[in-house]
Amino acid sequence: MDITRRSFLGVAAAGLGSAVAGNAAKARGATPPKHAPDAYGCLVDLTLCVGCRKCELACNQVNQLPEPDTPFDDPRPLDTPRRPDEKAYTVVNRYFTGRLDERNALIPTYVKVQCMHCQDPACASACIVGALTKKENGAVHYDVSKCIGCRYCMIACPFQIPAYDYFDPLTPEVRKCTFCFERISKEGGRPGCADICPVEAITFGKRADILALARERITADPGRYIDHIYGEKEVGGTSWLYISREPFHKLGFLKLPHEAPPRLTETIQHGIFAYLWAPIALFGVLTAAMWGLNRKQITGEESPDQSENKEDAS
Amino acid sequence: MSAHAKPAPVDAPFWTPGVILLACLMATGFLFVVGRFTGGLGAVSNLSQTSPWGIWIGVDVATGVALAAGGFTTAALAHIFGREHYEAVTRPALLTAMLGYTFVSLGLFIDIGRSWAIWKPIFYWQTNSVLFEVAMCVVIYLHVLYIEFIPILAERFRQGVTFPGRRLWVLEDVIGGILNFLDRILDKIMWVFIILGVVLSCMHQSGLGSLLLIAPTKLHPLWYTPLLPLLFLLSAIAVGYPMVVFETTLTTKAMKLKDEMDILGPLTRFTIILLGIYLAVKLGDMAHRGTYVYLCDGSVQGKAFLVEVFFGVIVPWCMLLLPGVRRSRGWLFAASALVVCGVALNRVNVFLVGFQAPYAQQSYFPSVGELAITIGLISTLIFIYRICVKYLPVLSARRLEVSS
Repeated sequence: MDITRRSFLGVAAAGLGSAVAGNAAKARGATPPKHAPDAYGCLVDLTLCVGCRKCELACNQVNQLPEPDTPFDDPRPLDTPRRPDEKAYTVVNRYFTGRLDERNALIPTYVKVQCMHCQDPACASACIVGALTKKENGAVHYDVSKCIGCRYCMIACPFQIPAYDYFDPLTPEVRKCTFCFERISKEGGRPGCADICPVEAITFGKRADILALARERITADPGRYIDHIYGEKEVGGTSWLYISREPFHKLGFLKLPHEAPPRLTETIQHGIFAYLWAPIALFGVLTAAMWGLNRKQITGEESPDQSENKEDAS
Repeated sequence: MSAHAKPAPVDAPFWTPGVILLACLMATGFLFVVGRFTGGLGAVSNLSQTSPWGIWIGVDVATGVALAAGGFTTAALAHIFGREHYEAVTRPALLTAMLGYTFVSLGLFIDIGRSWAIWKPIFYWQTNSVLFEVAMCVVIYLHVLYIEFIPILAERFRQGVTFPGRRLWVLEDVIGGILNFLDRILDKIMWVFIILGVVLSCMHQSGLGSLLLIAPTKLHPLWYTPLLPLLFLLSAIAVGYPMVVFETTLTTKAMKLKDEMDILGPLTRFTIILLGIYLAVKLGDMAHRGTYVYLCDGSVQGKAFLVEVFFGVIVPWCMLLLPGVRRSRGWLFAASALVVCGVALNRVNVFLVGFQAPYAQQSYFPSVGELAITIGLISTLIFIYRICVKYLPVLSARRLEVSS
């Protein structure tokens, strides 16, 4: 009886100890960016997109999102720039940059917007519980079973992508493009939007391959493209890449630094909290200070004059 | 006989007009809390896809934590550095910190979308996340504060608890016994919790400053600096004693107690140094990064920064330099209130005013519901503070003799 109890306690202690040690091991040193070398990506060629909104339709069906106010074959929503939200994980916007065709009509440029699936995602680094993670296949994946709804991912995302269910009182979710995680996890699977695109404006493949493809297209036809692959370097690189004829800042794209935001925060966090050295050192310094300046707090002994005081007071 | 009597319950009338007002504000806030848990965050707040954090984070959490700094700064002064003269203010500061952190947790409970899942960070560790560190420190520190408070309960209920009305013998003796037992143990090891409280405070006060470092393109350059964690820590340390002056003056005034100026005046001499360090680092950082170019660009952010630094730091710092200000109850209160407002504005600036999300259609302003809940929470805090000082030995100041 006694032995069983003791061994049970031993096992429990060992389990707790290894759990703490395992977590502590993960805390050591700044974690390097987590993207796998052969992760997937998508190349969006803005010179090919015709703004048919079929990708929006496919996204809506694959993710079982609510029906939109205006049907997907209605071009009117293109008139005002939209953002992806909790009911639509991707949207297509239309921009006129001032370029004219041979009949002096403005040429539109259509831009599909969705989660960029960063190589070193700020949302995943920020997430308090690790509900957002960068998967081997490239997707930045959301696990609702861990989420507490703090919305720090929405603060962190440089592209302002994660959207929230503000009208669900108890079980709201963070919603964003999933990169069709389930579909691309299967052999030969492709994201819904890339699958449906009738003009092949979206190319799905290994990121390294589509990056090479993007360079190839720019080199082959320098008159058709500006020399900038958006997403190659922005915030440390993204799984989704864009090439365009028009400068990106005219198409609603943000000018972003090349360093991934988590590099600074994780360096600070792990610099201070590796092995908890800084808190332990501070504890030591303060203990020494207390020992030197206010020893009776530790020993519980009063010096003669102080005990006199105490009696007086009480 | 020392100048100050031992802390004791204050026998003052409870249901004053102010307390009745507090109760009304609490009830209003509660109605909106019900709305939040039936209609969702969107039903009562102006939170949006581009403003995911509002005043519940900027005020209830960030400002609440900063203004609870009196707890660890007075504990460090009186218990670690042995300045026993300031012993008298440690208990009210501890009570403020304990209630402050309790209400930070309550504010978070309302703010997070899945309130029932608030325990999950304790099991799902994400050590890259600054928010994880802040949350862990707040959870542990809250318990440290409760532990530090036990001796105060024990002192009051050592002889057993008496419930109003009829006596419940068994329960009363059991509670008294437990408190006595805990008090005897804690008496030996309290120094560990005192130091732990200071360490945890330093960790998460700075951690709160690190929170927005993940968004370099969104936080206005006037506030975005890699030194933000240090600035948060320095400002928290600097606001500790002014906050003690602020609340002690309000309490002693409201409850007609002696003014404690013999403690508060000298206490703010430390503030000259602490606030001076904060100001020097803040201005040095601005000069180094050249962000003064934004000060006079006419933007809301530029003005907010100027108000924050000029009225919240420079003016009260200059005031505190004058011995006359430190001796006058009114002037000392004014200077302290400015420091408190300055730090509060700094937190609001970092989390709300300076936070500019791309693609935002409109800038954030709190809704009636958000304000009602925040005001309701603060009212509840003051209400409980009032109950505590009435029934527990927290305040050392004595009631003024009724002069004829």
